[in-house]
Amino acid sequence: MTCREFIEFLMQYLLGEVDREKFDAHLAVCSSCVNYLKTYQQTVKVSKAALADLDESLPKPPEELIRAILASRMKPR
Amino acid sequence: MNPDPSLMVSSPEEREEARLLSALRAGEDSAYEELVRLHTGRLLAVARRFVRNPEDAQDVVQEAFISAFRSLDRFEGTAQLSTWLHRIVVNAALMRLRSRRRAPEESIEELLPKFLENGHAAELSREWGVSGEEAVQQAQTRHMVRQCIERLPESYRLVLILRDIEEMDTEEAAKLMGITANAVKIRLHRARQALRGLLDPHFREGGA
Repeated sequence: MTCREFIEFLMQYLLGEVDREKFDAHLAVCSSCVNYLKTYQQTVKVSKAALADLDESLPKPPEELIRAILASRMKPR
Repeated sequence: MNPDPSLMVSSPEEREEARLLSALRAGEDSAYEELVRLHTGRLLAVARRFVRNPEDAQDVVQEAFISAFRSLDRFEGTAQLSTWLHRIVVNAALMRLRSRRRAPEESIEELLPKFLENGHAAELSREWGVSGEEAVQQAQTRHMVRQCIERLPESYRLVLILRDIEEMDTEEAAKLMGITANAVKIRLHRARQALRGLLDPHFREGGA
């Protein structure tokens, strides 16, 4: 197995959708792909953490928006 | 004497939500105001995950509420109101992006890993100096990560958000995006690879 194949099917490997043996054999001899695997998994965690923060950092919703939303309810369809 | 079984299984939050829902269905103005005040902030945050511009996010939330008000009769009460509204905002955001998509999307190829002719990596991957979890505890790093996500071509960025941030399953994301489940899988993997590549210079040992 080459690095290209390993990386191409990495997601299926993590989901257990492929025969793991070849992948594990590649990992045993390729430290670059070991690092790729780790940083790929970290990427998923980091993106989640970075966007979850949006909820905390958002300012109070503008009063005009709340008024506009409530007014839209009154409009005829 | 046994207490009412419905009271035994429902939490105070559930009872509160049932009260609000019944007031909404009765058309009470104060209930609508309560609903909007309670959820607008969080829904704006959800919309901002998808649309870049704050004004667009406000429009999305307004459109979502209009659509929610119209379909309140069909809300079955099996999900929480917040979950239901969240889903409507995601739909509204995707619809807005779809209606605005004009320019051809840039290619993601440039952001994907490169390989030599023999299939080996053209550049060896290195470990990241600090764990990503530690790093994102800093506001500056979270900001940098968000900027990197923004750099992904839109169709990849959206799949990444639906799957990895919103935690939808593949089928659900496929339905919302109007693409096949297989296309979602391919785009997700490419989006993660591209994002990994964008984050790498910031996180690897000796990096920024």
